[in-house]
Amino acid sequence: MTHDQSFTNQKFKLVGSRVNRPDGVDKVTGRAKYGADASAPGQLVALFLRSPHAHAKIKKLDTSKAEKLAGVKAVITSADLPDHTAGAQLDVLENCMARDRVLYDGHAVAAVAAIDKETAKKALKLIKVSYGKLPHVTDVDEAMRPGAPLVREDIFTRGVDPKPTEPSNVCKVSTFGHGDIEAGFDEADVIIEKSFKTEQTHQGYIEPHACLASVGPDGNGELWVTTQGHYTYRTVCAALLGMDMAKLKVTSSEIGGGFGGKTHVWIEPIALALSRKANRPVKAVMTRDEVFKASGPTCSTSMDIKIGAKKDGTITAGSAHIRYQDGAFRGQWGQLGAMTAFACYDLKNVQSVGYDVLVNRPKVAAYRAPSAPMAAFGVESTMDLVAEAIEMDPVTLRIKNAAKEGTRASYGPTYGPIGIGPTLEAAKNHPHMRAKLKKNQGRGMACGFWFNFGGQTCTDINISADGTVNLTLGTVDVGGSRASMSLICAEELGIPYDQVKANIADTSSLGHNDTTEGSRGTFSSGMATIFAAREAIEEMKERAAQTWDIPVEEVEWVEGEARAIGQKNDNLPPLTLKDIAARAAATGGPIAGHNEVVADGAGVSFASHICDVEVDPETGGTRIIRYTVIQDAGKAINPDYVEGQFQGGAAQGIGWALNEEYIYGDDGRLQNAGFLDYRIPVCSDLPFIDTEILEIPNPNHPYGIRGVGETSIVPPLAAIGNAVSNAAGVRMTHVPMSPPRILKAIEEAEA
Amino acid sequence: MQVNLTGSLRSSANGEAVVEISASTIRELLSKLLETYPGMEEHMELGIAVSIDGEIYRDSPSKKLPAGSEIFLLPRLQGG
Repeated sequence: MTHDQSFTNQKFKLVGSRVNRPDGVDKVTGRAKYGADASAPGQLVALFLRSPHAHAKIKKLDTSKAEKLAGVKAVITSADLPDHTAGAQLDVLENCMARDRVLYDGHAVAAVAAIDKETAKKALKLIKVSYGKLPHVTDVDEAMRPGAPLVREDIFTRGVDPKPTEPSNVCKVSTFGHGDIEAGFDEADVIIEKSFKTEQTHQGYIEPHACLASVGPDGNGELWVTTQGHYTYRTVCAALLGMDMAKLKVTSSEIGGGFGGKTHVWIEPIALALSRKANRPVKAVMTRDEVFKASGPTCSTSMDIKIGAKKDGTITAGSAHIRYQDGAFRGQWGQLGAMTAFACYDLKNVQSVGYDVLVNRPKVAAYRAPSAPMAAFGVESTMDLVAEAIEMDPVTLRIKNAAKEGTRASYGPTYGPIGIGPTLEAAKNHPHMRAKLKKNQGRGMACGFWFNFGGQTCTDINISADGTVNLTLGTVDVGGSRASMSLICAEELGIPYDQVKANIADTSSLGHNDTTEGSRGTFSSGMATIFAAREAIEEMKERAAQTWDIPVEEVEWVEGEARAIGQKNDNLPPLTLKDIAARAAATGGPIAGHNEVVADGAGVSFASHICDVEVDPETGGTRIIRYTVIQDAGKAINPDYVEGQFQGGAAQGIGWALNEEYIYGDDGRLQNAGFLDYRIPVCSDLPFIDTEILEIPNPNHPYGIRGVGETSIVPPLAAIGNAVSNAAGVRMTHVPMSPPRILKAIEEAEA
Repeated sequence: MQVNLTGSLRSSANGEAVVEISASTIRELLSKLLETYPGMEEHMELGIAVSIDGEIYRDSPSKKLPAGSEIFLLPRLQGG
């Protein structure tokens, strides 16, 4: 059945209310099962041997002594894995297990499955690896310099004409924009040019990567895993290991944070390979050190931003050259940064060029609105400098140039209805903007953009004999979607919220669902839930018609019950969902609704943030005094969770802006792979983060939903950068703005 | 119809920002682009999205391309 996904301005009874989360009790009592909480009889423990070098040839790898150790049941190196050379999955597998050379500190070279951890540790010590060290490079700008050590010899720059004949660390150049930027800069009264840097950060999810893998000699396998996308894990693992997808059942555990880092496989294919070799279940859990070194943090960046404006505030041209490091494997992060850099603004002349650059660091993965926060830091900081130069209020400057419906986006297409203007107006009128600041305090604001997307989704609704409802979803719940989906299901069926039980299905129970990324969960699963519920309603109308022995055309569904239409049916009392469910066995059997959809047409999302900070000029330490997030949600299904997403993005952004940083030594090794030396914010670092939800409906969703999970991390680096710069009296251009960097900037300004 | 190319895609169409292709669906559009510009294959392998009048489609090859609509070829997006 084809359903219309257009916005209908439906009036709601339940949607928009604040309900208890169905997973709340399990999570606060410890009953919830996360990635490391599953066990199986006879399970083995997997441990990984990892490279101590940033870049080296593997000259010799001898596992024979480890294999002979009592209690060791399997040892895996790249020689045990399929050779995907030149295949689409080569990068993925080579990252999970190095082939002929290691590409970063922490790159796995072998894995062991043994009867216990102690035996596995002993076995790792018995593996002999002979390395031939190679020159390395970990800084994005250094990696682009002529003569820089080559991370890979098989990468040639894409996106340039003619095609290069020499390999390069620059794997892709992506140019976006329109108009004539030179003419635009010629029109400007003021031109500001500035360079910025941001350091590499990790998503910082509290739960490490963990899984329990089991593969039998018949080729059937199971994987219990913490992931944002168990269907994607199934697809990738089956392809990497040559398994039949239908014979690999993947179940997603509860997830202790992902933020993009659990969209890729890391240890999971190796755990499956170990299990297949040992013919025993294998449990693998990363240490925090491994999470930092060998999962997928976000990029470090370097960029040059140039903005020209007239004295009246009209921006005449904007250009950005942004350089993002992808780790040791090809990515699209610089490209995404180039697409998002100027997306908030209506510019006649704009050009952004993104460079994706290889370095000897771990493979970069998505991190919440990947690439957008760094580009926003550069552009939004420069916007404040433009405002200062033309003596205009920074919010007014942004409002004057804000994109609107009909604006051609800097990355190409023309916008439909969007919320950047309203979020900026709300910021301008917010009481936060009028609050007085004290000595050493400063205020900053910034805005941000993220695309959002939808994708493949499949949902089932099964109505039990007692009238309660099982809602079966395949989109992993990373931020409370079971509550939101239950609200939507209850709204459509006309039953109380607590009569719906939402479950996340394993991969054998439901058709493919894309990974929970791109803020797609509520948008796409919400759409599939609406359509599945409506199919169930059609079925219930049929059952009511049978019960009454009237044509189904004479049955309507209103407020959770079937009603017979027309005067001749006046004697037929309504049948509630409960009544119909109780009679299901006698009217045709189980009652279900199902929907599969490719939920394209996700609406883009914008946010404006305001931040007050206090900078201690003696220590360079920064305290966040007040923080406000204003964002367009399209429609907030469960406002508590929408606010939680706004606050979570801001909190992560605060850590990124002020403290978090991968620090590499001259030897190319990570110096701070632990939470003591890599400091994420704790509660005492944060003020209450105030929120304001705007609802500008997405025309391509029946309820008007837009994704909300990612945009909230886009403005913080810039909002805090502007606030710190105003408080310290010196422009900050390097994130994180840690105390030593702030002190140095103050001292340099004074000198 | 006019198809706008963005990012690194332009390099595989002789640097052109706009190309003329006659197609009624996304599937046909991508197929004809590949015929005309074989160099696009490496970009399509990494993923492509098509924007029709401002709405981005990643997985809808049967989607119709209305006459006169604004078409942009974009890289397939990734999210967190």
